[in-house]
Amino acid sequence: MSLQATTWQTVGPFFSIGFSWLYRDNLAGPGVSGERVEIAGRILDGDSKPVPDGIVEIWQANSQGKYAHPDDPQENKAESGFTGYGRIPTDDGGRFRFTTIKPGRVPGPDGKLQAPHLAISVFTRGLLRRLITRIYFPDEPSNTEDFALGLVEAGRRGTLIAKKMEGRAGALEWNVVLQGPGETVFFDV
Amino acid sequence: MSKIPEYRRYIPGTQPPHLHPPYVSSIKRAPLQPLVVLAHTLSEITGPVFGPEIADVKACDLTRQHSGEPLGERIVVSGRVLDENSRPVPHTLVEIWQANAAGRYLHGIDQHNAPLDPNFTGCGHALTDSEGRYRFVTIRPGEYPWGNHHNAWRPAHIHFSLFGPAFATRLVTQMYFQGDPLIPYDPIFNCTDDEKARNRLISQFDWETTIPSQALGYRFDIVLSGRESTPMETHPHGEKS
Repeated sequence: MSLQATTWQTVGPFFSIGFSWLYRDNLAGPGVSGERVEIAGRILDGDSKPVPDGIVEIWQANSQGKYAHPDDPQENKAESGFTGYGRIPTDDGGRFRFTTIKPGRVPGPDGKLQAPHLAISVFTRGLLRRLITRIYFPDEPSNTEDFALGLVEAGRRGTLIAKKMEGRAGALEWNVVLQGPGETVFFDV
Repeated sequence: MSKIPEYRRYIPGTQPPHLHPPYVSSIKRAPLQPLVVLAHTLSEITGPVFGPEIADVKACDLTRQHSGEPLGERIVVSGRVLDENSRPVPHTLVEIWQANAAGRYLHGIDQHNAPLDPNFTGCGHALTDSEGRYRFVTIRPGEYPWGNHHNAWRPAHIHFSLFGPAFATRLVTQMYFQGDPLIPYDPIFNCTDDEKARNRLISQFDWETTIPSQALGYRFDIVLSGRESTPMETHPHGEKS
């Protein structure tokens, strides 16, 4: 190693002017295969107040468990028209909402498959670095064997798993609690 | 897939903590529980890819996005995006946003009593070239007061957002200007312990990129996490062998 990575700095309060040109809240265009899901939630701070100046970024595989990236060797599973990237701002009530497809299982450590998940970055004023977390899916049998969920103490695991919304097929709720009771599990990546 | 060429973890002290009380906004937003260390998998060593179609010429010249010229001092901000192994990071997205010459952002919640500039939006984006180089033309942003503490002023700065090749290499940072007297007093600049790491956020005046009769040049090189030199065996508990 010859150089040291540049240090992070907060996005500050005005970063939506720099991020808004790339907002994408629908990751699954008309031709994209897979089970459609709509995921909605809120970002809350340590006083349980909504965070109106937050942005969530999504990174995910397609329904076959293939990432649209040259370092994913599973070429036979590629699907044109699916980038796997989303960027969604919160509104005045701290709410965000996006539509996507449930990803397939992707390889994990030791040759085991991971449970379907979305990789999430959370940005807000006040965060000196992004926060990294994951969204898993409810009623998914493979959650019990997922290596990342297995790293998390059982009592906090639920913060990573979206909940079904009553009476609305394909609608899921997932919230980000930045601090305090019910604090979301964040990862060091 | 038991072997993944992981990206390097940050060196302790060279990155800010999540909680830094002198920056007041961090107090109610920083997580209090320890982060869970996650071994890199295909989810972390891949990341969004953006093609050349998203970067039009106007996006990298912030002085030509309106019918007239913005007020202030024209500058060229350029540099290279490298990884920790000194390899260029080609074709990666760089986004910037900033205040105008008077220290005002074009944002509804910026209530600073300074004028907006109808000819300046203050944001741009570009892809690095095959050698990892980027270049923006813009105006030098003004310093501005903020509510963090009594008589708090932010030094002049430009925000940068980069993706790099992977989810693990994402970076958002701020670029400062050599000689700005406000830098030593800024709790955001000072949130990183390591002095050398902090000082690498300060761009350097550069004759080579200065355009005669047009614009002063400032150079700001950015380093993203690089690959471990040899692929590491990964274990399910997030530890490396």
